[in-house]
Amino acid sequence: MNNSLILQEAMSVQTWTYILVGVTFSIYIGIAIWSRASSTKEFYVAGGGVSPLANGMATAADWMSAASFISMAGIISFAGYDGAVYLMGWTGGYVLLALLLAPYLRKFGKFTVPDFIGDRYYSKTARMVAVVCALIVSFTYVAGQMQGVGIVFSRFLEVDYNLGVIIGMIIVLFYAVLGGMKGITYTQVAQYCVLIFAFMVPAIFISFQMTGNPIPQLGFGSELSDGSGTFLLDKLDGLSTELGFDEYTQGSKSLIDVFAITLALMVGTAGLPHVIVRFFTVKKVRDARKSAGIALLLIVVLYSTAPAVAVFARTNLIETVSNQPYSNVPEWFKKWEATGLITFTDKNKDGIIQYVADQDINELEVNRDIMVLANPEIAGLPNWVIALVAAGGLAAALSTAAGLLLVISASVSHDLIKKVINPKISEKGELIAARLSAVGAVCIAGYFGINPPGFVAAVVALAFGLAAASFFPAIVLGIFYKRMNKEGAVAGMVVGITAMLLYMFKYKLGWFDEVLPDKSEWWFGISPEGFGTIAMILNFMVSIIIMKFTPAPPLEVQEIVENIRIPNDAGEASKH
Amino acid sequence: MTDNAKKKAYWKENIRYVLILLAIWFLVSYGAGIIFKDALNEIKIGGFKLGFWFAQQGAMYVFVILIFVYVRIMNKLDKKYGFDEQ
Repeated sequence: MNNSLILQEAMSVQTWTYILVGVTFSIYIGIAIWSRASSTKEFYVAGGGVSPLANGMATAADWMSAASFISMAGIISFAGYDGAVYLMGWTGGYVLLALLLAPYLRKFGKFTVPDFIGDRYYSKTARMVAVVCALIVSFTYVAGQMQGVGIVFSRFLEVDYNLGVIIGMIIVLFYAVLGGMKGITYTQVAQYCVLIFAFMVPAIFISFQMTGNPIPQLGFGSELSDGSGTFLLDKLDGLSTELGFDEYTQGSKSLIDVFAITLALMVGTAGLPHVIVRFFTVKKVRDARKSAGIALLLIVVLYSTAPAVAVFARTNLIETVSNQPYSNVPEWFKKWEATGLITFTDKNKDGIIQYVADQDINELEVNRDIMVLANPEIAGLPNWVIALVAAGGLAAALSTAAGLLLVISASVSHDLIKKVINPKISEKGELIAARLSAVGAVCIAGYFGINPPGFVAAVVALAFGLAAASFFPAIVLGIFYKRMNKEGAVAGMVVGITAMLLYMFKYKLGWFDEVLPDKSEWWFGISPEGFGTIAMILNFMVSIIIMKFTPAPPLEVQEIVENIRIPNDAGEASKH
Repeated sequence: MTDNAKKKAYWKENIRYVLILLAIWFLVSYGAGIIFKDALNEIKIGGFKLGFWFAQQGAMYVFVILIFVYVRIMNKLDKKYGFDEQ
């Protein structure tokens, strides 16, 4: 009797998941068929006529990846205060984007980031360096999304992981290849709605359950609803120190490292090609500014909820499992134990779960992703809410993957083939090339998703450092410093990205030594994640010094700079 | 004003606004959320220590406000110099 009850419940979560995933996927495919691209301009920049609201929603979905949806709240719940580096880093970059980049790049009005670098620095070398940087950044990032798709499929639908990746590939292939930027933009609008609903519903339920306040942003600063009169955060600080962890609201990273990582993430966000290119799709300069604001507002809805989810989940976890007999653990514990995301080893053989900071005594290992994936189950929420998380995770992963694939295919078909290899290619030929390179990019991304090289996960976080070290200084100087020339910009990008790669190889991957060097050897105490800040400063310095010793850019380039600073006569994203 | 002088004046004013807004951007995140976090944590609002709140909530809200303020300022500035788009 008991068994059949459990079976029934498990069935209905699965049924719900099939229904929700099926419905959302049909919507994406429907949009793809409706919004086929018929010209390169539609393929690269959705025809340049997207409204600020639609672009804001699409940017938000493009930006919030599997990592934001599935992993971020979990990372924060284990890092406490230190989690702020992601919260501030991944939102503060939009201020830089809106104030320093988006309006000017829209006025410039071409198709890709290497387009800007190549024209502004009047050089094929500069364009090629930018293409290589864009490909490195985008491929490291997209592999992580495909893994996210596989994980959601295998855990919620009990589909084989590889099959999950392949289903994801087919869906993305369908709308990215058919619709290009146009198809991607409108599916991303739908995906934003799905993912934000899926993230907020469990958060609101749990906030109300724990604190009586349905707004999670306020809930995690409120008193517990158990009548004890204790603030939730004080309780969590107490529980954490009791078990030997750092106080939750204090964190453990050094000040300089927190500073450097936050800055690297902010500047990296502003330099990511798949984010920048979204601002080529709106009609006017003022639309570019406005849609940056809308995008950030929509992102902050999720980002300000994540730290609340982190606190709820962490408190719930400690209370449910710490010092409890293993025989008494709830159903969800066994279920996730089966997936290997929770492991319990009874070191002292007392049958009780010891969950403490000291690694010699600690008996419980918890994968961070659980904090979002299992959160609704831990809180005992209805089955449809549990299923919603799967649909939301898929929406987040697919929307980001599609945006990245477009950058990759545009880099190949537009920047390589059209601009360098075969400038005489026809409009039709370029569109075919764009579609073929999208197919190629999806296959490579899928391959990395199925056979992830060991270092991908470690490197995804560093994509930001790479973007910060290469694009950001070149673009900002290109807009705000008329005298900046190709020699300075190319030298700066090469030195910046090389420094970042070398530091990453040495201190993150340990390729140059027998063992991974210790934290104490880090330069200025800055971790590889934060080194993008140093590499960016290097880029700026090298650019300016080399520029001083080399000739000024030609007059017509200086005129381009004058022209992008003034918003009117923006024209539409022009063909060329 | 000649066209060129107008462009120069517009650009100068734009840079000034951007610098002011970026100063606030720096103060709420790197200032309140990181450098002065410990001092601000002495102050509590509800269950939140203030430095922690800025780092995990407040800075993000200010970022959103900053962009919309910038949008308004620039729309006005475009009009003032006749650079607004039709």
